[in-house]
Amino acid sequence: MSALLEIADLQTHFLAERGAVKAVDGVSFKVNRGEVLAVVGESGSGKSVTGLSVMGLIGKPGKIVGGSMRFQGQDLSALSPEAMRQLRGNRIAMIFQDPMMTLNPVLRVDTQMIETLRAHRKISRKDAWTICRDALARVGIPAPDERMRSYPHQFSGGMRQRVAIAIALLNDPDLLIADEPTTALDVTIQAQILALVQGLVAERGMGVMWVTHDLSVVAGFADRVVVMYAGEVVEEGPVDRVISRPAHPYTLGLIGSVPSRNKRGAPLMQIPGSTPSPVNRGTACRFKPRCRFARAKCEDHPPLIESATGASRCWFHEEVALESREPA
Amino acid sequence: MVFIIRRLLQAVLVALVMSVLVFAGVFAIGNPADILIDPEATQAERLRLIQQLGLDRPLYEQYFIFLGNLLQGDFGTSFVFNRPALHIIFERMPATLELAFAAIFIAVVIGIPLGLWAGLRPNAVSSKAIMAGSILGFSLPNFWQGIMLILLFSVTLGWLPVTGRGPVGEFLGMRSSLFTLEGLRHIALPAFNLAVGLLALVIRLTRAGTLEVMPQDFIRFARAKGLRERRIIFIHLLRNILIPVVTVVGMSFGGLIAFAVVTETIFAWPGMGKLIIDSINVLDRPIIVAYLMVIVVVFITLNLIVDILYSIIDPRIRLEEAGQ
Ligand SMILES: Nc1ncnc2c1ncn2[C@@H]1O[C@H](COP(=O)(O)OP(=O)(O)O)[C@@H](O)[C@H]1O
Ligand SMILES: [Mg+2]
Repeated sequence: MSALLEIADLQTHFLAERGAVKAVDGVSFKVNRGEVLAVVGESGSGKSVTGLSVMGLIGKPGKIVGGSMRFQGQDLSALSPEAMRQLRGNRIAMIFQDPMMTLNPVLRVDTQMIETLRAHRKISRKDAWTICRDALARVGIPAPDERMRSYPHQFSGGMRQRVAIAIALLNDPDLLIADEPTTALDVTIQAQILALVQGLVAERGMGVMWVTHDLSVVAGFADRVVVMYAGEVVEEGPVDRVISRPAHPYTLGLIGSVPSRNKRGAPLMQIPGSTPSPVNRGTACRFKPRCRFARAKCEDHPPLIESATGASRCWFHEEVALESREPA
Repeated sequence: MVFIIRRLLQAVLVALVMSVLVFAGVFAIGNPADILIDPEATQAERLRLIQQLGLDRPLYEQYFIFLGNLLQGDFGTSFVFNRPALHIIFERMPATLELAFAAIFIAVVIGIPLGLWAGLRPNAVSSKAIMAGSILGFSLPNFWQGIMLILLFSVTLGWLPVTGRGPVGEFLGMRSSLFTLEGLRHIALPAFNLAVGLLALVIRLTRAGTLEVMPQDFIRFARAKGLRERRIIFIHLLRNILIPVVTVVGMSFGGLIAFAVVTETIFAWPGMGKLIIDSINVLDRPIIVAYLMVIVVVFITLNLIVDILYSIIDPRIRLEEAGQ
């Protein structure tokens, strides 16, 4: 059986006067049914653009210039705009970072929920209302009958994200793309939302692409991790292996910069330098200027090198993995 | 409720203050006795008339008499027509009101779609043409536009009548030239002439609002839900834009009635605007005062209605009020 979502060599560029911004520059990964795939990387690495590409929501001046995206075996780029619309919010749903901004401030919650159902199937307003009320209850919103008639500003940030999740799941999608949905929330609320999504995923067996820049969220939540850097995938593998034995210097750096994983009192590691320009990244390994493992070989851009436990875009992935196993 | 009562009290206060300003201002224009009284009249006749009009009393006394009369619905008697000023104004009002309503209708029905178009395709040639047109509409003198409209549509093409108001029809007890075909043909040009400024404003507001709202996250989320483009534009986008548009249209109504003076003069439209110009020329003080007070009341009422409409469209305003 084919994967739920299969992206191969995706290239999404933004055409500017000074040249194309290569936001996504040859990204490949898979999301399987019933699996949570975490997509990790610092801000600007192309995570959001990847998610929006799958949704068919890249607007001008952006353009998908290469690669393929297959959803349940179907080529997404071959779909008409109308066929793509029918997929969005129905088979593939997406939630976004800022729950303050994702609900329309001047429309009531019931309006914003019911329209989501009615965009995809013929259903009476009354039946739709009942389904939506139950959906609110399922994401843990108290007094859902009353809350249906509320406006977004009458909810707290965490509650608003719950509403957004309820909306995203209304049509029982096969794939959920979550673009940093907990980044704007308090840590306690963050944990609640994670638990909620975990429960819903288990219950429905849908696939999830969970985008985050925060590796500490990933452990115990995701099944597999894809690490993105400068518009490409630099490492991929099962979550436990990637966290315990990263095989790319960038992943190693990311893990070092998570406070909770460090020994008490030990200095926090940081990755020196910053991301290369997305317009002209040259032909060397993109992480080379910031890498302490770098040597002459790194003048050549490395391919994604497969191993038994995933893949790494580093010529010296074995050496990196070896080092990361040693106690710090 | 508290919100509405407080706005009402404010409105009454404003009306009172305006009555003082209007009275004092009009008094400063000149002495009507000079114009009304035949220069050949004897001194005794002169005095009698001045006393009869109450012009010999102190200013504040005249004001309180005026205010007392006002509260009883008596706006004074026109020096010229020798009939209650308010009656004369009310006779002329329907013609001006229908002109103003027709202008608002034109501004909204043409302005919002053009503004949406220009905002959704900001780089298209058609959008740039719309914006250039709105700048011209805004900046060319209104009377000149009126004359050009007459030249083009009436004189050259001969499609529409040159001046005046057409026959009046009756519908649901209301009498207006909007209810006859000939009436519509007559009102088309003056209404468009009056609408141009507001039309340009509505286009610009709608375009600016569209450019501001479309990149927002909630529009992207609406797309991610798989909504049709139609619904995104006419519900999600438009509901957000409507707030400033309703405000501006509501507030401009008073201005339209005031600006109708120019349009009514060019198109010989028998409304209040033409009346007030004539009355200023002969210093018919009661008409001027009554006209200004009517305008004040119109402005205040519109303000009130806009505030209430506003609170219906934008739920956040109700909350802020309640939180106070
Ligand atoms: N609309 C746009 N126009 C131009 N460049 C864009 C646009 N959206 C994103 N980018 C660029 O694409 C790159 C990747 O952005 P994004 O996917 O949002 O990163 P992430 O989500 O990983 O933080 C960034 O360099 C960003 O500047
Ligand atoms: Mg992002």
